[in-house]
Amino acid sequence: MSKRKRQGSELTRFWNRYRRNRLAVFGLCFLTILIIAAALANVIAPEGYDVQNYKIKFTSPNLEHPLGTDYLGRDNLVRMIYGARISLSVGFVTTILGTAVAVFIGMFAGFYGGKTDNILMRIMDIFLSIPSILLSIVLASVFGGGIVSMVLALSLGSIPGVSRMVRAMVISERDKEYIEVARTSRASDLRIMFRYILPNISSSLIVLFTMGVAGGILNASTLSFLGLGAQAPMPEWGKMLSEGRSYIRDYPYLVLAPGMVIMLTVFSLNMIGDGLRDALDPRLKGR
Amino acid sequence: MGRYILKRIGMMVFVIFGVLLFIFVLLYLTPGDPARQVLGLTATDEQVEAQRHIMGLDKPFLEQFGDYLYNLFFRLDLGRSYKTNLSVLGEIQKRVPVTLLIGCLGVLLSLMIGIPLGIISAVKQYSLLDNISNVFAVIFTSMPSFWFALELSLLFALRLHILPATGFTDYKSLILPVVTLGLGGAASIYRMSRSTVLDEIRKDYVRTARAKGTKESKVILHHAVKNAMIPIITQVGNSVGGILGGAVVVENVFSIPGMGTYLLGAINARDYPIIRGGVLVICIFVSLCNLLTDIVSACIDPRIKSYYKKMGAGKKERGRKSS
Repeated sequence: MSKRKRQGSELTRFWNRYRRNRLAVFGLCFLTILIIAAALANVIAPEGYDVQNYKIKFTSPNLEHPLGTDYLGRDNLVRMIYGARISLSVGFVTTILGTAVAVFIGMFAGFYGGKTDNILMRIMDIFLSIPSILLSIVLASVFGGGIVSMVLALSLGSIPGVSRMVRAMVISERDKEYIEVARTSRASDLRIMFRYILPNISSSLIVLFTMGVAGGILNASTLSFLGLGAQAPMPEWGKMLSEGRSYIRDYPYLVLAPGMVIMLTVFSLNMIGDGLRDALDPRLKGR
Repeated sequence: MGRYILKRIGMMVFVIFGVLLFIFVLLYLTPGDPARQVLGLTATDEQVEAQRHIMGLDKPFLEQFGDYLYNLFFRLDLGRSYKTNLSVLGEIQKRVPVTLLIGCLGVLLSLMIGIPLGIISAVKQYSLLDNISNVFAVIFTSMPSFWFALELSLLFALRLHILPATGFTDYKSLILPVVTLGLGGAASIYRMSRSTVLDEIRKDYVRTARAKGTKESKVILHHAVKNAMIPIITQVGNSVGGILGGAVVVENVFSIPGMGTYLLGAINARDYPIIRGGVLVICIFVSLCNLLTDIVSACIDPRIKSYYKKMGAGKKERGRKSS
């Protein structure tokens, strides 16, 4: 009972710290709305995202079509809402996959040090010397394009950078006293890594994860824009942008709206990351 | 010092070789037959077989890789494009200067905006300037660079007609790509320098300097900023790769005939020699930048210098690496 009460107050204190960052609260609100809209896309627009109506193609934004219609007469707002499903899930799935692998690599490299560290990090160096977006582009094309290969390419592309950061976090933890205590109680290496070190770096990992989702969404839209990600008629935001690009001169709203929503989503996630960092570790506030 | 540089160069050679091997294996394992790609769908199986022999695709993997390395190192030959049969190296030589020009100007612009603004914002934390630049920095890091590029070209080329929308003809056509790259890079460099300077300002030696009665401007410039420069340089050097990667995308938007458009075209057409050569060249540039960064920071960071002096003196005592 008393424990629950303390946890409750800890959450409240956490929320109070988080709340002080107004942009972070804005980010949380925007993301929540977006997730709800994405989840309820079927309810909001039961007709689906691919209803073509040539009579109303290139309608400027009006009451019936708040964001206008595209070159096939499809409603942009509806496509954007269905697009939120794709972009958000791509962002989250790539980051979960990439971070999971990176945590293993970084954990082993940082914990064991020496040869293990050297071998793992030299391999990561090789991949880090290819700009991550270029690495993802090459991988996506090799995997054959399409949404699944994009997810794989993006998560693979994110591994080297993240595992480096995880390694640095692990190194700063591994010589602390509580690890020594765990060792004297004969805890196995794996147990130390995942029961002792992992919880202690989890707050930094959460921040890293949020920022990672933001980067994932950004990179996914870039790949789709270049034609290596989602394929037509999928309403992925980057894909919508590249479709609207040909008509930018006469119908700029076709490019403006998807770009704005990508930006707002990534902005929200970045702000949530900032807010979480301040709330989880008040010492770092304002950095 | 010499030892350190030698070690770094050795590592760079290893990394470049690793990239070569990685790309080669990756493309080797990719499904699809390049010979069929060259001849088209109408070719008979015999023709494809003959073409495979000409292209050396019927050899075992190690021999193919060996041939590639031999041609690269002893004949400086990156092969020929499957599509156009033009020499890849020749084409790269034509395109690299364009990308480097845009990339370097972009990096320069982002340094000129990012570092001074970051320092000022850190010194005047929570001031109006700090708040405004923070918001702008987050907006620019949240923006897809290709979208920013499109909006810029819509405004300046299609509406105001003062700058060309696409192509690469004169200095005017450089402005939009460089601004796109530069502002995006400036945002991240600004955030890095601001947080680094903030870290330094709170350290004890800064308080000591103030307590001595040193002028505030001197405390900031000679003490805090001087110490902050080392991590800033490291981070800037590491972000060059990101900016070069961004150039690949931005070139595509503005149809600039640089490495980016070349590489992307090749990726869409599955033109393996170009993909190999292009990735190799970009990786070499990124590695060179990292090498340069490490050498510069070793020169100005007395800790690295003394560490290697000790090593040179025969002391094998290795301090724990922390990074």
